[in-house]
Amino acid sequence: MKPKFGLFDVILYVVLFAVAASALYPFIYMIAVSISGTVPVLKGEVFFWPKEFNLNTYAAVFDNPEIGRAYVNTIIYTALGTAISLIVSAAGAYSLSKRDMLFRNGFMVMVVITLFFSGGMIPTFLVVKSYHLIDTIWAMVLPGAVSTWNLIVMRTFFSGMPQEVEESGKIDGLTDIGIFFRLVLPLSKAILATIGLFYGVAIWNNFFSALLYLRDADLFPLQVIVRNMVLQGSGGANGAGNIGGDSMIVDEALKYATIIVTTVPILLIYPFLQKYFAKGALIGSVKG
Amino acid sequence: MALFRLKFNRSKYLLLLFLPALVYYILFKYVPMFGILISFKDYNPFKGIWHSDLVGLKYYEMFFHSPDFPKLLKNTVLLGVYKVVFGFPAPIILALLLNEVRKGIVKRLVQSISYLPHFISNVVVVSMMFLFLSPTSGLVNHVVEWMGYSSINFMQNENYFRTLYILSEIWQHIGWETIIYLAALSAIDPQLYEAATVDGASRWHQLRHVTLPGIMPAIVILFILNIGHVLDIGFEKVLLMLNPSIYSTADVLSTYVFRTGIQAMNYSYGTAIDLFTSVVNLLFILTANWISRKTSETSLW
Repeated sequence: MKPKFGLFDVILYVVLFAVAASALYPFIYMIAVSISGTVPVLKGEVFFWPKEFNLNTYAAVFDNPEIGRAYVNTIIYTALGTAISLIVSAAGAYSLSKRDMLFRNGFMVMVVITLFFSGGMIPTFLVVKSYHLIDTIWAMVLPGAVSTWNLIVMRTFFSGMPQEVEESGKIDGLTDIGIFFRLVLPLSKAILATIGLFYGVAIWNNFFSALLYLRDADLFPLQVIVRNMVLQGSGGANGAGNIGGDSMIVDEALKYATIIVTTVPILLIYPFLQKYFAKGALIGSVKG
Repeated sequence: MALFRLKFNRSKYLLLLFLPALVYYILFKYVPMFGILISFKDYNPFKGIWHSDLVGLKYYEMFFHSPDFPKLLKNTVLLGVYKVVFGFPAPIILALLLNEVRKGIVKRLVQSISYLPHFISNVVVVSMMFLFLSPTSGLVNHVVEWMGYSSINFMQNENYFRTLYILSEIWQHIGWETIIYLAALSAIDPQLYEAATVDGASRWHQLRHVTLPGIMPAIVILFILNIGHVLDIGFEKVLLMLNPSIYSTADVLSTYVFRTGIQAMNYSYGTAIDLFTSVVNLLFILTANWISRKTSETSLW
């Protein structure tokens, strides 16, 4: 028996369409404006399709040395930070998943407490300062290196791994470290990809650490540059500005282009990986 | 002692694997917790945390008597409460709607698209808000003017701040937060629905008597976790939206800590406010967990 398509279904589909459209449309609009000509943008004629297609704004964005340097910085922070976070979390999570480890329960309590209580912004800032991390790359990767949620998700995953893996390793004479690196990690690619992406996206998007720990403009990541350009409006006056030659560029379009350039890596990896994301978040929902 | 030696020997490699995480938690989580001590001291950078002079509750009294205190507390609590009232049910409703969709492809498509804003940085989200809501060139004000009204300076008007904050929070996270509810929904035994249909239950009745009870434990757990963060307003986003013209509604505890504590370097004073926030959050979560354990047998611990 097939239930009929009623009024309720119509409302349902309209609401769901609205949700999807509201998530997607802002990006379509920003892309359209950023690749349109000056005149249609100033007249407010661009809503969906670009008009008078050109890439002048992107040329201007890539010509900006500040943005180029910030891009390199962000890539370095993301690569280094993800690697550190992933290896420290995975090793910690694996050992916490082993019931016979000494002090396991004590360590677990120590880790979980940080979910509910923390030193707060200023003590953390002072501590980071006292380690002499201010104005170094390390300020961007170390203070937030391990996320307790991610650690617990990984621990839950490792707990579900068949006992035989460990036993076969022991028979072959491997230590726990050997088992972890040579047997467990290769079997955990899905969870490593998921958590790695969580960490990567978090570092790519991190503004807080830069605001708190970086004073040196040479070290600024992209997020700070975007904030300075768009929110503090150092991108010239309203309306159109003349940026080299005779190509007129609308300030607004330039800002959209900067936003798109900043966000594009996330938009690019997103369709391929959102499946993993969803799975990873699910593993964490299992109470363990 | 011999047993301890044996256990230690057996787990020494595991302990070695845990060592980096242990060092991290001590250096960046537990040392700052002891740093809270400076809220009871007159922090002097030359003397350091341990040797600064004790002043007892001076900074707490200063904060509770400060003219900013009632405003900050009200702004923070209101924002937190609105976020729970409007932001918490939103993903539940979306998950229930998605659950009613019979075409798998529509469901997957809407899901995938709605996760997207979750991965966009706060800087970009707030930038988009400023640009879309700009009184001169923003898309939204084009529409407002087209409808015959004069344009509104949304981001500079304190009356719009809370609405904009909550709406953008929902926009960012609604899709992502459905994941857990959808998982709970898919775990409901299909036989329950079949039995309900046989008994002649309508879609609405099925929702009330099968679906909602089925995901109640997930709702309760997430509600407790949310309650624990009522005062923990997303610092990044508020700070990015903040400008002096909207302080009266938008200045919250964490942004105030940043301004007076970090920028003006009143470290002890800022830490006192930080600790106050943490303790209130902890009380909230303990109370919510306790009530939930007494009434519904679902709890965090």
